[in-house]
Amino acid sequence: MIRLSASEMAAKLANGETTSVELTQAHLDRIADVDTDVHAFLFVDTEGALAQAAAVDAKRAAGAKLAPLAGVPLALKDVMTQKGVPTTAGSKILEGWRPPYDSTVVTHLKNNDIVILGKTNMDEFAMGSSTENSAYGPTHNPWDLTRIPGGSSGGSSAALAAFEAPLAIGTDTGGSIRQPAAVTGTVGVKPTYGGVSRFGLIAFSSSLDQAGPCARSVLDAALLHEAIAGHDPKDSTSINAPVPQVVAAANSGDVKGMKIGVVKELNGDGYQSGVRTRFEESLELLAAAGAEIVEVSAPNFEYALAAYYLIAPSECSSNLARFDAMRYGLRVGDVDGASAESVMNLTREVGFGREVKRRIILGTYALSSGYYDAYYGSAQKVRTLITQDFNKAFEKCDVMVSPTCPTTAFKIGEKSNDPIAMYLNDIATIPVNMAGIGGMSLPSGLAPEDGLPVGFQIMAPAMADQRMYLVGAALEAALLTKWGAPLLSQAPVLAGK
Amino acid sequence: MSSLSSDDVANLARLARIQMSEEELVSFSNEFTVILNAVARVQEVAGADVEPTSHPLPLRNVFRPDVVVPSFTPKEALSGAPAQEESRFRVPQILGEEA
Repeated sequence: MIRLSASEMAAKLANGETTSVELTQAHLDRIADVDTDVHAFLFVDTEGALAQAAAVDAKRAAGAKLAPLAGVPLALKDVMTQKGVPTTAGSKILEGWRPPYDSTVVTHLKNNDIVILGKTNMDEFAMGSSTENSAYGPTHNPWDLTRIPGGSSGGSSAALAAFEAPLAIGTDTGGSIRQPAAVTGTVGVKPTYGGVSRFGLIAFSSSLDQAGPCARSVLDAALLHEAIAGHDPKDSTSINAPVPQVVAAANSGDVKGMKIGVVKELNGDGYQSGVRTRFEESLELLAAAGAEIVEVSAPNFEYALAAYYLIAPSECSSNLARFDAMRYGLRVGDVDGASAESVMNLTREVGFGREVKRRIILGTYALSSGYYDAYYGSAQKVRTLITQDFNKAFEKCDVMVSPTCPTTAFKIGEKSNDPIAMYLNDIATIPVNMAGIGGMSLPSGLAPEDGLPVGFQIMAPAMADQRMYLVGAALEAALLTKWGAPLLSQAPVLAGK
Repeated sequence: MSSLSSDDVANLARLARIQMSEEELVSFSNEFTVILNAVARVQEVAGADVEPTSHPLPLRNVFRPDVVVPSFTPKEALSGAPAQEESRFRVPQILGEEA
């Protein structure tokens, strides 16, 4: 049962073949069985999940009209607040904190009767591409437990690939939904910036952060997308416009006559050969499905990574100032006569990990007087140039595509001492965040040389998210015909206990 | 060639309120030299004629009606406090001792 898609589970719940309690228990059993090896979860809310499941079953028994995903379990990235449930953002500074409020995403999940199984592991404050920066230890990729599951939403992607949950929530600041999806053979969508409320999303880089759906199929991602999206008065940057019709698009998958723009700059040197093979094959399948493949150029994308590593640290140095040991979270060194400043200094020394400190210091420097124009100011100008590149390219095509990442999953520990090598993982995903548009990654097969999953990225203009789902559904259907079964059926069986 | 000495890093760490060991200051200073040279590339294309973008949405002054809604009780607001006293956050000394 746990290997079904979320929409198949929802159908079985609707026709009475199973109950949410049974389905939830099956996933809790799976977590108990394999999560010692995978470590996708930081907290499993057994009691809360079963209570929520029982409540949905009661509603269904009483004949209430329920939402499409009602009763289906989900794994929640630990960066989203959930009332009364431990929320750490992967950091020691929030260890033991139980938020007194729900994020808007959680409110939507609860209103849709989606059962929240627990909180998933992540790079501390979402800073990283491997989940190795979690203060609570790394998550392991179910395809190969010695490899990274991507990051920062690595717990969410691993939970999906290990069949610990059929749905998950991730957040994406520079690729943190799409890159984990790519390296675990799952689907991840970063909606248009402002499409999903950020209220209750612990902020890393406010002008880039975006929550989105993670799933094992394009349709499941679309169903979750519509459940969590929409305007929120509690987030002044949320878009006050109708949610794009992504479920209809995922059900259609009609790409006849659509123009698909291949980004010239996001391919070639630096991309693993198997990544390129799978990308070329996907293009052929889309062409066979009736799409027109064109080449587009985005000459300023090569500066996106540099601009990102100025903008994101700058915003984080400001956002993380709130962890001051005064109102919640860790407090260290509060001895008689200690000043507030010394308590802050000591708490932040102990509470933050190395990557977080690195980015706070870098951001403090980039925003400091005398360097502001040269660094932060220049990065903001690059952001304009990247947006202009997208606008020009979208005059020639409906969506843009590229490989999601330059390589397949690397080994745990392989890049942890080389920040620049680590940052290069995000080279193809960052431009989307800089422009605030939508991006999706879906599996395009395995790289022949290492047998590991490869992701295909689709980018669509702001508030045209449905186009990603059209193309994603078309490619998924073509690949499914070719493979005969979903890609994850080729993943090794986890030994469990 | 941009670089940051360990004294520069110490000053930034002080501004950011993070205590750092001497060893950390040195290793960060080495890393920042590499990182700053990588990110300085943004200056190559950031001409004076390019407008900066601070945010992807062209929003200004988003208002909502000023309506009173339920908020946290003192107990909820203090639920995560590291220390509290008489329904208030208890914090370490902020101002210097009066003579």
